[in-house]
Amino acid sequence: MSNDLTGAFGLVGSASFAEFLRSSGNTELQPATGTIDAPHGTTIVSMVFDGGVVMAGDRRATMGNVIAQKDVQKVFEADEYSVVGIAGTAGIAVEIVRLFQVELEHYEKIEGTQLSLEGKANRLSTLLRGNLGMAMQGLAVVPLFAGFDPAHDRGRIFSYDVTGGRYEEHDFYAVGSGSTFARGSLKKLFHAEATAEQAQRIVLEALYDAADDDSATSGPDLARRIFPIISVVTANGVLTVDQADIAILAEQMLRERLQRPNGPRAPMEGDAS
Amino acid sequence: MSVPFYVSPEQIMKDKADFARKGIARGRSVVVVQYAEGIGFVAENPSKALHKISEIYDRIGFAAVGKYNEFENLRVAGIRLADLRGYSYDRTDVTGRSLANAYAQTLGSIFTETAKPYEVEIVVAEVGTEEGTDQIYRLTFDGSVADERGFVAMGGSADAIAGAMSASWQVGQDLGTSIRQAVHALGEHGTEESRTLSADDLEVAVLDRTRPRRTFRRIEGTELADLLVAQ
Repeated sequence: MSNDLTGAFGLVGSASFAEFLRSSGNTELQPATGTIDAPHGTTIVSMVFDGGVVMAGDRRATMGNVIAQKDVQKVFEADEYSVVGIAGTAGIAVEIVRLFQVELEHYEKIEGTQLSLEGKANRLSTLLRGNLGMAMQGLAVVPLFAGFDPAHDRGRIFSYDVTGGRYEEHDFYAVGSGSTFARGSLKKLFHAEATAEQAQRIVLEALYDAADDDSATSGPDLARRIFPIISVVTANGVLTVDQADIAILAEQMLRERLQRPNGPRAPMEGDAS
Repeated sequence: MSVPFYVSPEQIMKDKADFARKGIARGRSVVVVQYAEGIGFVAENPSKALHKISEIYDRIGFAAVGKYNEFENLRVAGIRLADLRGYSYDRTDVTGRSLANAYAQTLGSIFTETAKPYEVEIVVAEVGTEEGTDQIYRLTFDGSVADERGFVAMGGSADAIAGAMSASWQVGQDLGTSIRQAVHALGEHGTEESRTLSADDLEVAVLDRTRPRRTFRRIEGTELADLLVAQ
């Protein structure tokens, strides 16, 4: 790498790192040909609560029927006020997240201000669209983006498709192989007045329900002390919850599941219980 | 045919240097000062939008005096270099020394190869894990680099300000003392007549070694006003 700040470095350009990367001839994500078997990340869940948004991911990466990794990290801090979770081809997804993190920080440093939450969501969309060629060869990446929006004073969630399509989700969402089961669970447990602590418990329950029915999603691993990763985003920024605290929540959930294996029962009108 | 008038290389360099010095002397000054928990940047800058101080990377900060468009160009180039290096290798592979080298080479070639040198002086500072490993590089318009200890003053009355700083600066002093010292030196010696600078006239930031990952932080508003009042 050269040490001369003329050339691409000195050009008047935008505050986008990805655009600079391309113009400087360092294209990192090259389209491949043929199909290959690569580790896949599985389930990510997210829900808004009163004052923010929480995101959680299980720890399993699979390659066909094999568990490729037991303690993979799939939820990342994108910047001070947003998080991104990834499902799909792990190698490419982690690379997109890395580029996205630099993209946000680069903009912030050059412009002296943060992008709006919508702006961040749109940038992720563009990065994702750059991977369309590989997605068509089976190496798709499906992220979930969530953050605190100071302009609206609430947490917001954005989902994506492989073409870079961006959709704002209300209340809660899940992506990945276990997402159908997780979403079913969230649908019954979500309530808008939940506190951050209650929201953490709800996403844990949703991940457990996903792991219950999807072989590619892992539940809490008590023997190895591997628990889902949970990030909470509020007006104060991103907090990645300590694994020891998640362990306490998970153990409490498991104790209750010993009594009621299918998890908490949603109350209905005219309930006798 | 007329013969072009001969000018010796010495004279050309001297003229360019004088030109650059004059341009730099017109602007307000900046002080960079070490304190126990990091490195402080204090600039006399009434603008809240056009910064003289900036974050470059996790542990690296930038301060400049002179012509805005020229040092802004250098600042952006530095951020690009640092981000590209950190993305290509690892965040820990971005160092103040390599950035100072890049700036030195760039400023040096602009000074010798172009008709108009940059009218800027910059500081690249990298905060270490302890006071002994802090690095402060001062770069002038011709690409010369100096490795500084303790404090640096740049701009019009740099010598007078540095003189005032050296009379009071001590190893291991706290943030408040360092900022007040720098503000006092800027007010006393920044212009012909001495003034008292308030929070509104200042741009202040620190590289705080106690912070995780991104150490750069601006000190503004009431926090700055409180710091300026001696305890």
